[in-house]
Amino acid sequence: MKVRRVAGTGVPVRGDDIDTDQIIPARFLKTTTWEGLDEYAFYDARRDDDGELNDHPFNEYKGANVLVVNDNFGCGSSREHAPRALARWGVEAIVGESFAEIFADNCKSLGIPAATTDAETVEELQTFIEENPDAGIELDVVDETVTYDGKTVDVDIDEAMRGALVQGIWDTVALLRSNMDAIDETAADLPYVDSR
Amino acid sequence: MSQGTLYDKVWDRHKVADLPNGQDQLFIGLHLIHEVTSPQPFSELRERGIEVPYPERNVATVDHIVPTRPEGRERPLADESAEGMLTALERNTSEAGIQFYGLDSEKQGITHVVAPELGLTQPGMTVVCGDSHTATHGAFGAIAFGIGTSQVRDVLASQCVAADKADVRRIEVDGTLGPGVHSKDLILKIIAELGVDGGVGYVYEYGGEAVHDLSMEERLAVCNMSIEGGARAGYINPDETTYEFLRGREFAPEGEAFEERKAYWESISSDADAEYDDVVHLDADDLEPMVTWGTTPGQAVGIGERVPAPEDLPEGKREAARTAQEHTGVTPGERMAGYDIDVAFLGTCTNGRVSDFREAAAVLEGREVHDDVRALAVPGSQTVKSKLEAEGVDEIFRAAGFDWREAGCSMCLAMNDDSLEGDERCASSSNRNYVGRQGSKDGRTVLMSPAMVAAAAVAGEVTDVRDLGVVA
Repeated sequence: MKVRRVAGTGVPVRGDDIDTDQIIPARFLKTTTWEGLDEYAFYDARRDDDGELNDHPFNEYKGANVLVVNDNFGCGSSREHAPRALARWGVEAIVGESFAEIFADNCKSLGIPAATTDAETVEELQTFIEENPDAGIELDVVDETVTYDGKTVDVDIDEAMRGALVQGIWDTVALLRSNMDAIDETAADLPYVDSR
Repeated sequence: MSQGTLYDKVWDRHKVADLPNGQDQLFIGLHLIHEVTSPQPFSELRERGIEVPYPERNVATVDHIVPTRPEGRERPLADESAEGMLTALERNTSEAGIQFYGLDSEKQGITHVVAPELGLTQPGMTVVCGDSHTATHGAFGAIAFGIGTSQVRDVLASQCVAADKADVRRIEVDGTLGPGVHSKDLILKIIAELGVDGGVGYVYEYGGEAVHDLSMEERLAVCNMSIEGGARAGYINPDETTYEFLRGREFAPEGEAFEERKAYWESISSDADAEYDDVVHLDADDLEPMVTWGTTPGQAVGIGERVPAPEDLPEGKREAARTAQEHTGVTPGERMAGYDIDVAFLGTCTNGRVSDFREAAAVLEGREVHDDVRALAVPGSQTVKSKLEAEGVDEIFRAAGFDWREAGCSMCLAMNDDSLEGDERCASSSNRNYVGRQGSKDGRTVLMSPAMVAAAAVAGEVTDVRDLGVVA
């Protein structure tokens, strides 16, 4: 599947260094499938001490698909459960100031574009969404732009991510397995791999 | 781009192909597997009818979800989801022909503790695991990094990952660590200086006199936390310390084969005239024990320093500092010494090795854990545990009032029964102090070295271990 553009509405989640433990706490990783993870996205921030839903954006912007975040989003644990939980909730694209590398890689594996832009643009976008929760937002992966409020701003998408999404080759299993002979040759040349 | 570094050389040796998406296809020499990030990949392989092509280059153990109380480890595990994950791993590894160190194995433990102590991790390898702390293995001069679950699937299916080459930043640490100052303090200082996202796009090469002088166990702690500085990997060029550590280990080559392999290890070290994308200098001479005051590993100060006032920080860091200080309950301008502690936690893939417990035991000997503190000692592997028990180190911990446990990740991320409760404050030898990390969203984590955790356990508050008159 090719991912060329994502259009819909936005959901802002403010804060720097939001790590994957906050995106999905470790106690919800005790599963052997990906089912039901949307329930647990931002679980501790979404619920008060009695387990009741509070005013977190993930409770308020239901139906949104473009997540807008700040700096170093997705740092910490490598758990792919984090972007999976966001995706199951409905996130199809993320715009932020920056992303932790493993998190961005995981997004790519799931076909979720993660685009970066400067702090000022993110702030404007977040404020716009807060003031106009139903307004349309579009991320164009090919052109690397975000369009909202009648204007278009440039964003950056990592080249490997953009290539994979636009060409529809983010399922890497087939890609890697197509080089089986070359894999065996590389392995045979390594002094620590037993010849087979 | 860097040239002539260990990173360049190992990358080139393992590169299989240029991929059409612009990435490199990289052969993986060692894939470490655990129960949390592997069930879905194995299921997908089964659905797609794909067999694991290099089972012998994969090794599994169980660590995140295991109970650490001896009586809690009987099967089936009381926690049904944990039992389900363990059962899945047993089945998956058995069907694929992958070595598995389960709860019934005396070698079970945290992947990043087990692989080094068995000699599985060696210089010049590529190592991955569905766990960000895979960076640990860089201590051997390996390229080691954490991957997501889809990449775990890729490795199982092809023994390869699709990856982008990073830049290399050399972190040169001159001088000597003083008494009571450990490698954990060094890495916390590096992260505090360069920032939690300072390493994004880089791998860190640690070098210089202070790094050269570190033992292998201390080096593992430094590389382990590379990811906390945003660097996906960190490494130290192999040297005699590395080779001596490996000699005689179960999976290390023996005799002549060892010497032959050593030639490869020496050949992949960074050249004297290697070109780096960035170089940073630090001095170890003035370093003091470090503690975190906030909710990221980079929000750390020396024990004698004052907690910064948010308004004194660069503009982009002020809001985060305010929020963090509100959460931890620290006051700007004060020192962290005297910060009350409810829990002391020793263990994890950062500091759950034999030398870590020895250092803590030197502090605990003849002392008792403060009445208001519950204290947990969780060896990183069953091998670590049995070694310490053979030395009688467990007796020092028990006599001091520590709960002496079985191996696992435990309270680092609280996927088992070990967890902070309410707004407890924890002196922790682990790697993360993010909000909610230790199982309670109101819990507070103060990161520090094992010796400092022992000191905090005794005092009931954050304390400079050097004031206890022990050179641990």
